[in-house]
Amino acid sequence: MASKPRVKVPKTASAGEVITIKTLISHNMESGQRKDKDGNLIPRQIINKFTAEFNGAPVFSADMHGAISANPYMEFTAKVNESGTFKFTWVDDDGSVYEDTSEIAVS
Amino acid sequence: MNMNRRQAMAMSAGAVVFAATGLATTGALASAEDVDKAMMELAGGKMPEAGKVSLTAPEIAENGNTVPISVEVDSAMADGDMVESITIYADGNPNPDVVTFHFTALSGTAMAATRMRLAKTQNVVAVAKMADGSTFVDKKEVKVTIGGCGG
Amino acid sequence: MRKFIFMAGTAVALALAGAAVAEPVDEKLVIDGEIEIVTKAKAPEGHPFDEVLSGWLFRTAETRALEADSFINPAMLTVEDGERVWNTVEGTEGKSCASCHGNAAESMKDIGAHYPKWDAATNRPVNIELQINKCREERMGAEAYAFDKGGQRPLTTYIKYQALGTPVSIDLSQGEMQKWWDTGKDLYYTRTGQLNLSCASCHEVNAGKYIRADHLSQGQVNGFPLYRLKNQGIVSLHNRFRGCIRDTRAEMPKAFSDELMALEVYVTWRGTGLSVETPAVRH
Repeated sequence: MASKPRVKVPKTASAGEVITIKTLISHNMESGQRKDKDGNLIPRQIINKFTAEFNGAPVFSADMHGAISANPYMEFTAKVNESGTFKFTWVDDDGSVYEDTSEIAVS
Repeated sequence: MNMNRRQAMAMSAGAVVFAATGLATTGALASAEDVDKAMMELAGGKMPEAGKVSLTAPEIAENGNTVPISVEVDSAMADGDMVESITIYADGNPNPDVVTFHFTALSGTAMAATRMRLAKTQNVVAVAKMADGSTFVDKKEVKVTIGGCGG
Repeated sequence: MRKFIFMAGTAVALALAGAAVAEPVDEKLVIDGEIEIVTKAKAPEGHPFDEVLSGWLFRTAETRALEADSFINPAMLTVEDGERVWNTVEGTEGKSCASCHGNAAESMKDIGAHYPKWDAATNRPVNIELQINKCREERMGAEAYAFDKGGQRPLTTYIKYQALGTPVSIDLSQGEMQKWWDTGKDLYYTRTGQLNLSCASCHEVNAGKYIRADHLSQGQVNGFPLYRLKNQGIVSLHNRFRGCIRDTRAEMPKAFSDELMALEVYVTWRGTGLSVETPAVRH
């Protein structure tokens, strides 16, 4: 159900610089607290985990609960010492995994 | 309490508006005690100290469904001065857990921002856990408004 | 019973009359630091206000910030969905929107600022949604979208987004647009529902005041379709019209009915000079 995630990573940075990364993914984040028209509880279905890696090493992650708003937004920083690839992963309650990558050139 | 028909009418008008705007939730809401308990557990049996971590949240949220928050710990994020995680709780939501951010040396800073849901006016609590096991807390009350016409 | 309904209506009117007044903010909206948005404009002749004001000026700092940065604006996900719909081939003719119209950034530039337009073939005004449906049926051999279904919201949002920043102006000299404007104006000032409210009760007489905790704007439509925090999703103009009418506890006209098309013509004119803000962010 998620469309392509949006990520904002600078294209270039200088070695040792701390950059800001923003990510957004389309998802209802059904909290598990709502009822449908017939009064039945709508089961929880959320993105429960977000991770950011750089050249395979962990940078940042978030464990999410039903209180995160629909279309979850994450903003965080990363310290880049070399050129490489960021890999972002979102894990859905239903087992789906959404991924995106971004390159950065460090001089 | 005796109500005449006019009061009953006015009250039901209010109730309709409220039902249309309130976050549809079921069951009991969390309490400050629930959050204290969760914090104690996170902090290894004691209450986290105030300070070091700062939580930014609006004083008044126009809609409880999308409340921007950010947290930050002033830290070198290098040997001896590392923030492991920041956990966010909401003491008036059905489930007090909101999110835990995990940081590494590659994070550069211990900062994160997201958007969260608040079922009503309540405290948002941020607990930072350092690599040495010490914990720090910050708390902000966010007033959640009820819109005039479906808000 | 009638008496009590009347009293409930009076109570609402009194609550409004006693409400606090707060000035809209005096701030500039520049999206991504690049696109300047006109949020205040001199009202066109015959307008009840001297100045027309964007709803953005009535929202909190946090909500305003969501619109000022196109990355954090969650509705930009819908704009991207709309681009996919634009490029998707559908129907018996094997065409997408792009087959005829090419690059939307060029072919649809500013288009959204000038709808509704007169449509001679159907002898009534069309908005972007209805224009899309005409194209689907007449050019693509595809089925018209039902209200708020299929690609209607994303595609409408994507097309209107191509006019971001362009001031709204509609041509009332086309066909019978003036007649529809007159009808729309009548509807705007007609009290309806058990609460006995007209559009003007909130958005003209009490604009700037608080209805409970809600800061009433002028009810401008230059940002639709828009992201509504309450819905955590995109909301179309006719959905919002229907929601407002529902809240007065009146029967809701159908989307794209003569009533709501007339209202769209009139209310769009009331925002003449404001930039298209699609996709705006409101509460």
